[in-house]
Amino acid sequence: MSGIVVIGAGQAGASLVARLRGVGYGGQLTLIGAEPVPPYQRPPLSKAYLKGDMDPERLFVRPKNFYADNGIDLRLGQWVSDIDPAAKTLKVGGDVLAYSQLALTTGSIPRRLPARIGGSLGGVYVMRGLADIDAMAPEFVEGRRLLIVGGGYVGLEAAAVATSLGLEVTLIEAAPRILQRVASAATADYFRKLHTDHGVRVLESTKLDHLLGDDRVRAAVLADGREIAADFVLVGVGVEPATALAETAGLKVENGIWTDALGRTSDPSIWAAGDCASFPHSSGRMRLESVGHAIDHAECVAQNMVGTGMTYVAKPWFWSDQYDTKLQIAGLNSGYDQVVERLGQGGSASVWYFGGKRLLAVDAMNDPRAYMVGKRIIEAGQTVQPNLVRDPTTDLRTLAPSAIGSS
Amino acid sequence: MPKITYIEHGGKEHVVEVTAGLTVMEGARDNGIPGIEADCGGACACSTCHVYVDPAWMDLLPAKEPMEEDMLDFAYAPDPLRSRLTCQIKVTDALDGLVVQMPEKQI
Repeated sequence: MSGIVVIGAGQAGASLVARLRGVGYGGQLTLIGAEPVPPYQRPPLSKAYLKGDMDPERLFVRPKNFYADNGIDLRLGQWVSDIDPAAKTLKVGGDVLAYSQLALTTGSIPRRLPARIGGSLGGVYVMRGLADIDAMAPEFVEGRRLLIVGGGYVGLEAAAVATSLGLEVTLIEAAPRILQRVASAATADYFRKLHTDHGVRVLESTKLDHLLGDDRVRAAVLADGREIAADFVLVGVGVEPATALAETAGLKVENGIWTDALGRTSDPSIWAAGDCASFPHSSGRMRLESVGHAIDHAECVAQNMVGTGMTYVAKPWFWSDQYDTKLQIAGLNSGYDQVVERLGQGGSASVWYFGGKRLLAVDAMNDPRAYMVGKRIIEAGQTVQPNLVRDPTTDLRTLAPSAIGSS
Repeated sequence: MPKITYIEHGGKEHVVEVTAGLTVMEGARDNGIPGIEADCGGACACSTCHVYVDPAWMDLLPAKEPMEEDMLDFAYAPDPLRSRLTCQIKVTDALDGLVVQMPEKQI
């Protein structure tokens, strides 16, 4: 028996070890990360950091001395090659570590284009880690041509940064519209306009066939035969949960590492949290890719590793910064059957998703009030009349649950 | 380096030096001071770095942007005269001696 080991030194891993110490866990604690740097925030990578507006030192979740000061053995740049759940040991960097409890916070892995269509050519990037950004940042030079594959939030954020820096940006999306998987047509309309107004060429229903180039990419060939010249390419077509290690350990995997409501995997000594884990939600299971979830889930798991017995209840929220627009999303819109648009002042807008009569989610564009009111209503398990939301004379604050400020 | 005093809801005081140019939120984070969560990392996208600023200091702070104002309306127990989001306050030499107090909780 020798303490707790946490594999994966991202936001979830950092939150987990900090909370373990916070609740008084005094045993051995090891945090293992594959990247050579201490845990850092990922959201700014595709925003301020990519743009060059943020010093790398400010990305770190905790100061560098935090881990040593708190008796946390931080092992960076090391891969765990093997977990033996029967022996409760794992192999890392030539060592065999024993654990009493293990937590997996391995995050997610960006999908790449297959090599046979040019995915491994030089100048083709994905956006996930600090090293990805540091490698692509020198490409962001005024006048160069960037092709973005994928019209999700990562692609749109990169388009905004690139355009602001004076690049010529084309974004292609295979689905009929951008944000198809994650947002309503109304929200997609808002962002399409925002980007085209800034000079981005947005091509929807546009499939990539393959990339052209010898060592480096120089163009993309579309499914309809058209060719788009590009100096470099960013692929933003989603992520997959990092489950390889869990699978080799024989853990149950179901859209991520399967966990129960406490965050425990199919092995009673192993836990999982954040992007890599799926968990029970209403009548089914879900997996979330967001920093808010990574923090909350990891903190909940930390509590449960010391025996608190706390059921995890997700309170999904997200945000995105593009140009001068801040998008804030409260809740999850899956299963919506009605969308209500509300125009605010000064170009702000919000999109409210209902399922049956229940408010499921709100996308708020430069409208923090809509976001916060929606968030409070959803988290209180309450709803609101769609016609009140639609009515521009309604003061949103009157719709907030009365428990505000005292919940 | 400007000194900032962070007072936890329970009354525990932390007096730390924060490099000018960082935010008051980053000063708390980098010194391991509990009570300021800053889930969004300083993007003014959540309201979990809310504090009450000693009224004597309010006028010396940069003015609130509308975004911060609206977010604060829905923070935990906001006080229109004293509430600020610490991610929006950049530390300068003029803020040497600033005192901020954490709310009971962050939501």
